[in-house]
Parts: sequence; C-alpha cells; structure tokens
Amino acid sequence: MGRRVLVTGAARTTGRRLVGALAEEPEVERVVAVDDLEPLEPFPDKVEHLAVDLRSPALVRAVRSAGIDTCVHLGVTAEPRAAGGRVSMKERNVLGTMQLLAAAYHAPDLRRLVLKSTTAVYGAAAGDPAVWTEAMSHETPRHGFGKDAIEVEDYVRSFDRRRPDVAVTVLRLANQVGPTVDNPLTRYFELPVCPTVLGFDPRLQFLHEEDTAEVLLRTTLGPAPRGTFNVAGDGVVLLSQAIRIAGKPPLPIPEPLVNRVAEVVGRSVDFSPEQVRFLQYGRVADTAAAAEQLGFTPKWTSRQAFEDFAATRLRRLVTDEQVTRLEREAIGLLRRAATWAAREPPR
Amino acid sequence: MTPRARCQARTRTGDRCRNPAGPDGLCALHRRRLAGAEREGGPQPGEVPTAVHTPPAEPGPDPFGPFLEWAEEALEFLGRRLLGEYEVDEFGHDPDLVEHVLAPLLRPLYRHWWRVETRGLAHVPASGPALVVGNHAGTLPFDALMVALALLDEHPAHRSLRMLAADLAFNLPVVAPLARKSGNTLACSEDATRLLEAGELVGVWPEGYKGLGKPYRDRYQLQRFGRGGFVEVALRTGSPIVPVAVVGSEEIYPMLANLRRLARLLGVPYFPVTPTFPALGPLGAIPLPSKWVIEFCPAIETAHLGPEAALDPMVLFDLTDQVRDTIQQTVHQNLVVRRGVFG
Repeated sequence: MGRRVLVTGAARTTGRRLVGALAEEPEVERVVAVDDLEPLEPFPDKVEHLAVDLRSPALVRAVRSAGIDTCVHLGVTAEPRAAGGRVSMKERNVLGTMQLLAAAYHAPDLRRLVLKSTTAVYGAAAGDPAVWTEAMSHETPRHGFGKDAIEVEDYVRSFDRRRPDVAVTVLRLANQVGPTVDNPLTRYFELPVCPTVLGFDPRLQFLHEEDTAEVLLRTTLGPAPRGTFNVAGDGVVLLSQAIRIAGKPPLPIPEPLVNRVAEVVGRSVDFSPEQVRFLQYGRVADTAAAAEQLGFTPKWTSRQAFEDFAATRLRRLVTDEQVTRLEREAIGLLRRAATWAAREPPR
Repeated sequence: MTPRARCQARTRTGDRCRNPAGPDGLCALHRRRLAGAEREGGPQPGEVPTAVHTPPAEPGPDPFGPFLEWAEEALEFLGRRLLGEYEVDEFGHDPDLVEHVLAPLLRPLYRHWWRVETRGLAHVPASGPALVVGNHAGTLPFDALMVALALLDEHPAHRSLRMLAADLAFNLPVVAPLARKSGNTLACSEDATRLLEAGELVGVWPEGYKGLGKPYRDRYQLQRFGRGGFVEVALRTGSPIVPVAVVGSEEIYPMLANLRRLARLLGVPYFPVTPTFPALGPLGAIPLPSKWVIEFCPAIETAHLGPEAALDPMVLFDLTDQVRDTIQQTVHQNLVVRRGVFG
C-alpha cells in the first residue's frame, strides 16, 4: 500500500512544489492538497485538491476517509495582508492548526506529522545568544508571526504527547529565498532602495527554496526522526552585505522613525513589526542537529542562496564589472600621477 | 571545528594574505582577481595563485611606491565592501574590516599614545581554545581593545581575541555592529562555550562595569569577579585560563565623580566626571597618554579537572580567586617598577 499524504497550504510556492514532487514519487499513492486558494499552476492529476479552509468540516472527513498516513502542515502564514488582516491571519494560523490537529487526532492511519515552522520563534533582540540551538529557552515573541508560530508549535507538541504513535517532526526554517519564492523578505529586497535601521547590521541566514523542498520531501517520505530541527544554509550574511549583493542602495533610518517608515513600507511588502526587529537585530540558528539526526545539510549556503535569488530576481544598480573597472581606472590614474610627479624636473 | 583556513595567495607586498579562505583555498578577493587574470590571458587555472599579484616591475627608488601600494590596497578594500565580497563567521566577525579599518585606527593609540609594552605572549597558546581573563578599568573599554590588538599584532600566531561584551554594546546603534564585526559577542555562557568549542581565543573582563566605572581613588583595586561564570565555562570546555594584567588603563580617564542621576536618565551604567570631561567638552574625551604595560600570566590548566568540576561550587570559587589574585599581584608588581604614570 502506498503512502497517502495530506498537505496544507498546498497552493503557495513551497506547497505547490512539494505537492508536485510527491506526485512524482512512485511510493506515494495519494496526495490531498488542502488550500482555499487556487494554485499558481494546476496540480498534477494524482493530486486531489480540497479547496477548503483548514477550519472546514470537509477537512475532518477527508483526513479520516482518505486513510491519510502523513500530514504535512505548511499552512502557517507570515503575511497579515494576504491573510486578510492580522486577526484573520491569527485565526488561520492558530485556529486552523487546532482544527487540523483535531482532525488528525481521529485519523487512525496517521503515522507522521511534519510541521513547517520558522526560526522566527526565537524572536530578535539585542540580548540574544549569537547562535540559537533548538533546546535553548527563548523569550516568546509577543506578537505577529513569531507568536503564531510558537502557539502552533505548542499545539503540535501537545498533539505529539497525545498520539505517541505519530512521529512528529518540526522544521524551523530560516528565511527562504530563491528564483520563485515570494515572502515579505524577498519583497523587501525587491524595493528600489532597502530601508535599514541606522547603526545596525544584523546577521541573517537564508535557505534556498530548493533546499526547502528537499528537506520537506525528505522528512515526509524518508526516515523521520522525532523532534525539532533548525534548517538554514551554512554561514551568515550581514544585511549590509546582502544589500550590496542585491546591488541596491541602502537607506538608513534613525531608530525613532523606524516604525513610521515601516508602516509605509509595510504596505507594499506586508511587513509585520517583528520583521522590523529582525532587520535590526537579526538571528542565527544552529543547524548541527539537522545535519546529525535528519542527515540534511542544505546544498546552498546562505550566501549562495541569496546570490542566486539576487541573480534571478533583482536588477543590480552596481555590478562587479563596474566596480572592478573603477578600481583599475583609479589605480591607473594614481600610477600615472605618481610617474608624473616623480619625473626629472625640467632644467 | 578547526580555526578557519587562510587564503593561500600572496598579497602585492609578498605577505601571506590573511583573509579567510573558501573551499578552493582562496579568499573572495583573490578568487575574483584570479578569474580576472585568466580573462586577460594571465595564469592558467591550476597554476599556483601566487602570481596573481605581480611585484612592482622596477624596485628602484620610487618615492611614491609605498603610497601607491597603500592606495591600491585601500581601493581593493573599498571594492570588496561595495560588492559585499567578504565573509563573516556566525558571530559576525569580519577579519577584513578589522585588518583594514579597525586595527589601523587603534594602532597609533597602542604604539604612540600609550606606548604599550606587552609581556608574556608565550603564555597564550598559538592554537586551540583559551580564556583570557583581565582587569577592567578606564571608563571606556580601551584596555580590552589594547589586549586584543596586542594578540593580533604581536602574538606569533596573530590570534583574534573574541571578547565577551555587555549587552549594552549590542543595543547601541553603530557600536552594536562594530562590536560584532570586531569579533565580540554577548557575555553569556552559551556564546562563550560555543566560541571555546570552536577553538577560539575568548576574552572576558569579569569585573564588568564595576571595574570599568570605578572612581580613580580605587585604581588598581580589582572588583568582585562577577559570579565566576567564566570559570564554569572554562571547566566545561577544558580550556586553559590565561590571566592578563593591564597597567596604565586606570589613568586614561581618571574618574573623579559619577553623575548617577544623569547616567540613569541616559540609560548608561555611569556618567564620569574627569578633570577634563565634561568641562572641556569633546576635547575632554581625549584619553590621557599614560604608559601601559600588558602582562599575560602563565596559563592555568583546567582540562585535568574534568567537566564535572564545573558543578562543584568550591572548585569554581577557588579558581576564580586564583585568577583574581594572579592578576592583582601582577598589577601591583608592574606598578612598583613603573617609573611614573606617563613614563
């Protein structure tokens, strides 16, 4: 008997990609894609699209009657506006998860639950340790996506206790970049100028969308160890570096004005307040546990992932060639000036 | 984790390049230069990349030679910064910036202003983890910066000292990124453990603000050494402790009084009044040119005690006292032989 997988948030970039990959696996018998949105490109034939909200009773019926053995929960969103406002976002994220878990609790065949979470659960503050490991206790972000993600993780963990026969894997993903993925951070770098907090240069980690797809596919189908794992590309990139790689001019904003600017900018990139704190203090997560226990190391380093994103999506204002040429010209000019100054004075 | 590999190419001056190397043994700069040279029919791929920087064609008397070299290096640096072609580690340490900007800014203070004399560098291991523990004084943490510069410039292995700083440093604009880029991190046991496990040289000033902001009349009297958290980390990771005694830092800003209320208003730990500050305004912020001696004392090994010793408060207290006494005695010895504050 093949695997029967249910994927929530299936119509968005990451979900659509996972669903496509799952449909191609011979061991997968059935894929149920849950999302009330229409996917950007239609799902493959093998996939049943369940166009309902997570809170719908149709979901409960589907989970039970389809004999689902694996549930992949990608339906937690970071974008208040796309979700129809912050209140609605919270409803979808937290209540949607509760409903899904309630349905999953009564699914007799369920053996595996994968939650796509985020390193945003660690928050971002000046007094944070430099590198977060999964076990470190962290102050709960008080609002926004980070808070939703923590609540969702808590519900999933309590589900883990109530259904010991289900292997629960929580993946805390770093910020995703790549040629197609669309999130507040990619939209931020797509702005003509990148507003930064004056006098701060946070450390960032990126995860390439291919690696996201790979780690999700592997935890869905491969041997899945229970537990929580940080997933991020190797190394860190400073925000100032990222802006340079993106070839954009930075626009430093003094701290007292930041919230006002963020409000204006937030309209176009769908920024929430904790993402502003992220761009002030940054965050880095330790990925050793994922490498050891999941056996997963991203193919792309943070820097390579971001460079790929910049190369495929952004138009650089400053290019390598220009800088190298300027450098050469300036050196040439200096050389000539030096030769001229050092020549024998005419008699 | 081994200390990071250095780039194998040589710079124009013939020195080893000190930028961190990527998987191909080159730093970002030399990788780009090599690629550029190939496009122009220079060295072929596979050739040893020492030929990337050609030495000046005629080594004859050239009055502008040193200046040109300096200008070229500065331009290269600017180019790297403009393209983001440098690497930082997970703590945000940026050796490129330290080498080209931060260290050159501090060097005149070290060499000419305070005429720092450094002793006992042999007690600092050339590789592997160690915890450097020092006395703290002088209102602003110049003593920590000078110890770090001594290790970077004068230690044979040119070691980067990764210092543990107060959380205030990571809250202040401009200071926060500089603190990280120069290799420092928050003083918490998680970060210290991580650095030591990675084989880094970690610097800690356990007196903290109590030492930094103490009045001039208490000069060279070591304050309480925190709660000895640094000893616990050293024991857990089996790292040797190298006490370092700094003489001279107490006199750079002799603190006569502390305006506590103003400090509370500004959200800083103290607001110093020195003979020149704030009376002379910004001019008063110029530190006095005292004569400095930095002495590294013999390392105190902890590996033989085992990580379990970190759980024994008696061992922690004893080791903390031993480190503190060593520093206090060395400070006194060096004070006695000092010819004068500005000698």
